[in-house]
Amino acid sequence: MVRVFKSTIVDAPVDAVWSLIRDFNSHIHWHPAIAESVIEGGRSGDEVGCVRAFKLVDGAALREQLLAFSEPERSFTYCILDSPIPLLGYVAQVKLSPVTDGRRTFWQWSSSFETPPGREQELFAIVAEGVYQAGFDAVQAHFGGRKVTAPRTGTAGPLAGKAVVQDRHGGPEVLSWRDVEAPAPGPGEVRLRQTAIGVNYIDVYVRTGLYPMLKPPGTIGMEAAGVVEAVGADVVGLSPGDRVAYACPPVGAYATVRTMAAGQLVLLPDEIDDRTAAAIMLKGMTAEYLLHRTHAVKAGDVVLVHAAAGGVGLMLCQWARHIGATVIGTVGSEAKAKLARDHGCDYPIVTPRGGGFAERVKGLTGGRGADVVYDGIGRDSFEDSLEALALCGHLVSYGQASGPVPPVEPARLSGKSLTLSRPVLFHYTADRRDLTAIATRLFDVVRRGVVKVEIGQTFPLAEAAEAHRALEGRRTTGSTVLTA
Amino acid sequence: MVKVYTSSVVGAPADQVWKVIRDFNDLPSWHPGIADSKIEGGLPSDKIGCVRSFHTKDGGHIREQLLSLSDFDYTCTYAILESPMGVRDYVATLKLTPVTDGNRTFAEWTAEFACDAERTADLAQLIGTGVFQGGFDALKQRFGG
Repeated sequence: MVRVFKSTIVDAPVDAVWSLIRDFNSHIHWHPAIAESVIEGGRSGDEVGCVRAFKLVDGAALREQLLAFSEPERSFTYCILDSPIPLLGYVAQVKLSPVTDGRRTFWQWSSSFETPPGREQELFAIVAEGVYQAGFDAVQAHFGGRKVTAPRTGTAGPLAGKAVVQDRHGGPEVLSWRDVEAPAPGPGEVRLRQTAIGVNYIDVYVRTGLYPMLKPPGTIGMEAAGVVEAVGADVVGLSPGDRVAYACPPVGAYATVRTMAAGQLVLLPDEIDDRTAAAIMLKGMTAEYLLHRTHAVKAGDVVLVHAAAGGVGLMLCQWARHIGATVIGTVGSEAKAKLARDHGCDYPIVTPRGGGFAERVKGLTGGRGADVVYDGIGRDSFEDSLEALALCGHLVSYGQASGPVPPVEPARLSGKSLTLSRPVLFHYTADRRDLTAIATRLFDVVRRGVVKVEIGQTFPLAEAAEAHRALEGRRTTGSTVLTA
Repeated sequence: MVKVYTSSVVGAPADQVWKVIRDFNDLPSWHPGIADSKIEGGLPSDKIGCVRSFHTKDGGHIREQLLSLSDFDYTCTYAILESPMGVRDYVATLKLTPVTDGNRTFAEWTAEFACDAERTADLAQLIGTGVFQGGFDALKQRFGG
């Protein structure tokens, strides 16, 4: 049985808060996740037994029934009748109490439910953060509370800013610093003032044209954090002043202002500062889905991480170790071996050319091999990665830093009943519920210090070319962040 | 029956606030209106049924009996056995609830009692404002509001 308890203090008298939320159909007016809602059969929204049928902004359809309602207690109890999210036997209670020494309101929202095995944490996060805390924040904002920190600005005209623009593909010298304008946000869009931008190796590939994701003139970058400046029509759950971050295509993150689709933005908890967010969104969400979704790593597993001292590698090592796995890593030098060891890698193996590690892995595991290999190297490591796997092992090929992997005959996998995956982050975050769950779990491990973030260097956004030179010259450690 | 309800927000996690208030014999250490206190018969102060005998700073003598104590719900209920206030069937509950949004504490102090009709307003004022709010103000001073 999962139990959720969330509570907050709203800066408004209890009668005002109660009149906003008491009607069972009122959530359409105050909860940002609700797109449409109706009480079935035309019954009153405070009649015990009435059913609300509603849709979430992501399209999911739910039905909930009012089980108890008390005007004097300012409380109601309800259950889920139908839901695409497996919250089994879900019963929730909302209760308001006056804070008598300050005309404020204490609001508690609690529930209990069962989940399919292994999904407790994920569904807890959806209910606690996505439903209850999001509802609290919206009602705080409704009463002028702390969440709206910036004045709502006019959304009619463009907003002036600066961006890194390139007129052609090429080396770092093609990156130039220019005045730009972010247009007013259209339906489903928001405009951001960005404060920190993450630098990733994919930015180099896009800059040179190796990845055809930018037609010059244009701006590279897929990861940033900042503050919502303006909100377009039909955007629910985001307000001016909200701190947000993202890691997603299309490119365009190397800018101080940006207008983009709202769907891939996540709200930042107070404890996650902008630079940290810009450093972890892409690498951290990658580590989350690799360890929990592509392959569900469990305590006792043997995990092999290539480029264990790299950005994703360091996160994989720390997180896999926290789950209870034995972590073997490959690294390019003794210095990187130390870095990997300091981040939870039990057995760093120094392999300067990417391969030649299979025997060491076998040796470390009594001849058995690894249960899962996380391989972002590609061509140079592929054969050895297959060799290093245990029976029924899983090769997760999530990148190709050394070049593409040659074609593989499926029959080759039958030698050890292996599984081969070629996952991409953006498929795992395409559904907003998954995106929220992935980001929530990431923020949680960063907040608790389970996964520590190494920001090795920061550059002003105007000096993005310098950052790329350092990255391509292998003179960076940990994450690189540009500050706007 | 007269009902009194006083509530407040204290700027510290509920387990920390609870540590200060759970000891039924420790009112003098945190409530500004209480001069001294002892548990009758040498019983432990968290033994259900134990009686605290204490003096208020204005010299009044009160005996109260512990009816329930829950470390799980951060709740304590007690009854007045003897007091100079002129209340009958007096039962009070002091309860803490975590405010998860900001790691603070919602504190509630309620009482139900009977008394002579003409004294209702004065007693409700004395208990709700003097005793309960006085205690909360001290906790807010100690932990922040």
